[in-house]
Amino acid sequence: MDQFTLNLIVVGASFALYIGIAIWARAGSTAEFYAAGQGVPPVMNGMATAADWMSAASFISMAGLIAFGGYNNSVFLMGWTGGYVLLALLLAPYLRKFGKFTVPEFIGDRFYSTTARLVAVICLIVISVTYVIGQMVGVGVTFARFLEVSTTTGLLIGSAIVFAYAVFGGMKGITYTQVAQYIVLITAYTIPAIFISLQLTGNFLPQLGLIGSYAPGGGDVAFLDKLDQVVTELGFAAYTADTTNMLNMLLVTLSLMIGTAGLPHVIVRFFTVPKVSDARISAGWALVFIALLYTVAPAVGSMARLNITTTFWPAAVTGSAFDGEALSVEQIQNDPELAWIRNWEKTGLLKYDDKNGDGRIQYISEARLAGPNKASADATKALTDAMTAAGLATEGVDLASPAAVTVNGAVDAALADLQKARADAIAARDAVTFGNKTVGELGFSANELVTVNNDIMVLANPEIAKLPGWVVALVAAGGLAAALSTAAGLLLAISSAISHDLIKGAIKPDISEQGELLWARISMAGAIVLATYLGLNPPGFAAQVVALAFGLAAATIFPALMMGIFSKRINMQGAVLGMLAGLVFTSVYIFLYLGWFFIPGTNMLPNTPAAHWLGISPAGIGPVGALLNFVVAYVVSMMTQAPPRQVVELVESVRIPRGAGKATGH
Amino acid sequence: MKVTQGVTLMADQTSANAYWAANIRIITISLVVWFVCSFGLGIILRPALSGISVGGADLGFWFAQNGSIYVFLILIFAYARRMNKLDREFGVEE
Repeated sequence: MDQFTLNLIVVGASFALYIGIAIWARAGSTAEFYAAGQGVPPVMNGMATAADWMSAASFISMAGLIAFGGYNNSVFLMGWTGGYVLLALLLAPYLRKFGKFTVPEFIGDRFYSTTARLVAVICLIVISVTYVIGQMVGVGVTFARFLEVSTTTGLLIGSAIVFAYAVFGGMKGITYTQVAQYIVLITAYTIPAIFISLQLTGNFLPQLGLIGSYAPGGGDVAFLDKLDQVVTELGFAAYTADTTNMLNMLLVTLSLMIGTAGLPHVIVRFFTVPKVSDARISAGWALVFIALLYTVAPAVGSMARLNITTTFWPAAVTGSAFDGEALSVEQIQNDPELAWIRNWEKTGLLKYDDKNGDGRIQYISEARLAGPNKASADATKALTDAMTAAGLATEGVDLASPAAVTVNGAVDAALADLQKARADAIAARDAVTFGNKTVGELGFSANELVTVNNDIMVLANPEIAKLPGWVVALVAAGGLAAALSTAAGLLLAISSAISHDLIKGAIKPDISEQGELLWARISMAGAIVLATYLGLNPPGFAAQVVALAFGLAAATIFPALMMGIFSKRINMQGAVLGMLAGLVFTSVYIFLYLGWFFIPGTNMLPNTPAAHWLGISPAGIGPVGALLNFVVAYVVSMMTQAPPRQVVELVESVRIPRGAGKATGH
Repeated sequence: MKVTQGVTLMADQTSANAYWAANIRIITISLVVWFVCSFGLGIILRPALSGISVGGADLGFWFAQNGSIYVFLILIFAYARRMNKLDREFGVEE
């Protein structure tokens, strides 16, 4: 059976399962549509939360980010798990006790203000829409690579599946599908990881493989030391290299943590459990299921990095990369085991170019070659310019005159100096060593593996490690499960903000339950159409918008919820102005470096560490926005009237678990 | 009747305040652990602890890529357990 048929069978079977669940779990009431009737057991809710949370970014992109970013990108591992501690301790149990359906609803009731509720709706929609684009792009990429359809067709199939279970099943349909999707995605992620860990370290558990010893090298060298040796030899930063900007690393981690705790589609998952104590334990179960993937991810990333490097430098498997020759173009084009390079080349996510025409692809750090290459190019140019200038100056002059002889002598001396400078520059370039050979000896001066997109690392991993075809098919189904489950959760958050907070909460408070349910379904359908459209026409900034989504969740929703629970004194004015301050500050900071509304070329400052304020990257600005939100809310509340009695009673009531009933729609 | 109601309410209020104070104390301790295992051991103290190794990795690196996640897990379950006990002590469980 060929790979395509296998992919089709495995992905088709997983889709049939999701549709089957959708038919079985239809929602009949708003309580079922928004909160699955509050009857989801904590362990199952934990599993659904894990699938809801782990998106295309976690499944497809994260290991690739770690593979190429090494220790520095541990921010994703700590940030995207540490947020659950904040959720369990600071938000989930109290919001479950509050017993309503949406995040803006709590903010509206606690700060006794429709304005506060609408500001929360705006933040929620911006966060969720930017996030859903990434999922749709992930679905398109996976389909295009594994099912050989166009990205457009792939996206439309994906949207149709989400439509089926999200519109009819609401939170109930989504929850049970997410449980199935979790099982598919975790199997797909861990099976190849186990195989690869066995190949490289002899350890069955990838978590132990990461800190184990490197098996093909005889077992004397630690796996991480081997990886560091290979990548530094090629001029790349060591995988375990320490961070160069500790403040920024701390802030990005914190931004991802509090951003996670403030993401509306994650918070609402804790509205679905029967009791307050279930909300606490459910966050723990969610993290158990998330940790299964997150503790494996660094092993997947680091092992994929070593495998892709040794594919291009076969001698690096046992010794130095330069003990042998680089991979030949002929092999890339003909070797059946390297079909993955040809397949990914078609998608444009991997590119190679035999720049020096030696028939081999040298994968090496362009950054380390760049300095010397530029020096020698500059020296050559200066020499040519000087010769041209000297040629022009001598025209029409009597060369025998004493003045001309002096000038000519000076010109000759200057030329000799320039020639020497050029020779020195070229010698400096050639003296840069990789392994124990100089660039001059190696005979090349460019990285010929032009592009390796982070996103291909997980998807190509089984093929790079030469694993059987069914594993490859499983990874395709896993990538789709991760993207679809998160998309469904986000779409539900968007649709309930529209039907429950906007229509029932602000425009038409007397709407009947059936009427609201109809609106929930209409807005869900509308959100899917919008998400599909944005997925087909991605604004080309999928990576940047993640910074915005987490930054905004960190700077707006998280502080508002936390102050609403932990303070009785923060009032309407404080909360509204605090959220607006967080929203404006964070988005303006991000737009300054990444372009106004992400329109390319409109950024007012270059997005480089040197230009960042205190070295804080746009991805790390969330906590500063959150701090501003806290300060503004506190100062404004102290200067204005305390909240009314019934609000203080509401705060007192959410702090006590007893009396958490079924959620009500009012 | 009116007086007893007032007394009960006041007793309730005192008990509710004590419950909340106990909760805040548990949260604070948990957040200290949360901070130390990730920001502390994983980032700030990594250079200082580079001599200690966990298998083939240094301690700070291991905490950043794996260890902190295990601590987070233990932390949430310990908090849930401790709070269930506290709920029963104050008679506010469901």
